Amino acid sequence: MGEIMSEYQDQYILGIETSCDETAVAIVKNGRELIANVVASQIESHKRFGGVVPEIASRHHVEQVTMVLEEALNEAEMTMDDIDAIAVTEGPGLVGALLVGVNAAKALAFAHNKPLVGVHHIAGHIYANRLLKEFEFPLLSLVVSGGHTELILMNEHGSYDVIGETRDDAAGEAYDKVARTLQLPYPGGPHIDRLAHEGEVTIDFPRAWLEEGSYDFSFSGLKSSVINTLHNAKQKNIELLPENIAASFQESVIDVLSTKTHKAAQEYGVKQVIVAGGVAANKGLRAKLEDTFAGEEGLELLIPPLHLCTDNAAMIAAAGTIAFNKGERSGWDMNANPGLPL
Amino acid sequence: MNVLAIDTSNQPLGVAVLKNSQVVAEYTKNIKKNHSVQLMPVINQLMSEAGLQPSELDRIAVANGPGSFTGIRIGLTTAKTLAWSLNIPIVAMSSLELLAYNGFYSNSLICPFFDARRGQVYTGLYQNEQSELRLEKEEVNILMEEWLKALKEYDQPIMFLSHDLDAHRETIVNTLGEQAILPDLPVHLPQAGVLAKVAMTKEPVDVHSLTPNYLRLAEAEAKWIQKQQES
Ligand SMILES: [Zn+2]
Repeated sequence: MGEIMSEYQDQYILGIETSCDETAVAIVKNGRELIANVVASQIESHKRFGGVVPEIASRHHVEQVTMVLEEALNEAEMTMDDIDAIAVTEGPGLVGALLVGVNAAKALAFAHNKPLVGVHHIAGHIYANRLLKEFEFPLLSLVVSGGHTELILMNEHGSYDVIGETRDDAAGEAYDKVARTLQLPYPGGPHIDRLAHEGEVTIDFPRAWLEEGSYDFSFSGLKSSVINTLHNAKQKNIELLPENIAASFQESVIDVLSTKTHKAAQEYGVKQVIVAGGVAANKGLRAKLEDTFAGEEGLELLIPPLHLCTDNAAMIAAAGTIAFNKGERSGWDMNANPGLPL
Repeated sequence: MNVLAIDTSNQPLGVAVLKNSQVVAEYTKNIKKNHSVQLMPVINQLMSEAGLQPSELDRIAVANGPGSFTGIRIGLTTAKTLAWSLNIPIVAMSSLELLAYNGFYSNSLICPFFDARRGQVYTGLYQNEQSELRLEKEEVNILMEEWLKALKEYDQPIMFLSHDLDAHRETIVNTLGEQAILPDLPVHLPQAGVLAKVAMTKEPVDVHSLTPNYLRLAEAEAKWIQKQQES
């Protein structure tokens, strides 16, 4: 009787995410239902430095981690006894920041004799979408963030095939650098997105399509082109409107991202296209993708709401559920792995 | 009382288990290895050899720095999470004070220190007073030469304790001469067993607000403050 029952028992996974500048803990039911989701952001603290300072991020994580854990359990009205397993971001990310989450997870698992699962941060970003909609395979995911620009093909749960990736800068990185050149405050991405909507495309910035059939990306040429254009204009005393620069730059990025995603979706005959990562919050990108995939028969575009695009622990618990049910386990010697492959 | 004590604030890794108020297991290693990989397996092994379940612990003790920023955080995160989730008190001790206990039975002043690169050290001055360690001179991050000049003012012998002793031996001898006691015995590694024992009577602290004792700002922050002062 007990065995039969267990098949239908609900599963609660607690996720911990500290790979960059958010200390986050969440509890997810059956891999799909958000029970608690707490994120302590450090953005304000890093603003004065114009970017995330790894040592400062690590210091905040250790100050916050037990408070965030407590808040998540309180929000869920649960104790550790109700939790089936602990999932934690193992990498990639800032090593000092990751270490806080990994060691908190190990301590928690040890204290309560719970299984422990390490999760890849990008797998997390993809699985944020499963909190909204069940996956249908094959599935293509465009992952765009400050550190990533990747096209990932999935044929089943927990299997990730990277079919395209950036050869230099990540899309989010290019956004931040261009924003800095335009003297916009950190983080620059949302500011460019906002400006772009006020301006128009006046400059035809380059698009790196790379060789025929490649799903790889490259944004460093575009970034240099924007910086050079601004520099030359300044020397010739020509005034360029920042909103037009932003619009032109964003157009180029979005054009490449959506075109390659569309092509890959067709080639692999996918049923769903999922957009993941911080840049998925970009309104211009959302609009363009919705446009591109409108009217595609049998193909569904999924873009998570803003609070699930940025780093959170619900996505780690969601991805961790899959890993846990596949039998993956981490030992007491688990370490942070800043270069963890997907 | 059952206590688990953790120290990963510097290169040595220390874990001790106190069962029924006795140190039943103590582990010390001074090999350059990754504390994050080693700490939990050591805790797991000592606890199981001591025949203790985590739920049977009454208290967690941790050395909260100074030392390696990353090392401090590994120990502190582990200790804080254990204490919070087991709902038991946590006791924190300065890593320098813990090391100073190795000179507890000496009549001299005790100067524990950790190398902090570029001629700097994390250090403080302690003395045994009525079977308690008293902080004689506040813990600082300072150039060793400058610190030694200040120590010269004390007209008493001073015992130096540090696993980085060799790197600073010459400077110490040159400045303090006979005043300096540099023990040749292996008393330069902190003992987690001492941490566990002292923690039995030391006042616990609030787990959420317990933070590392870095003694030094993050570099970016120091630069930022300097820039604000200049402008
Ligand atoms: Zn992310």
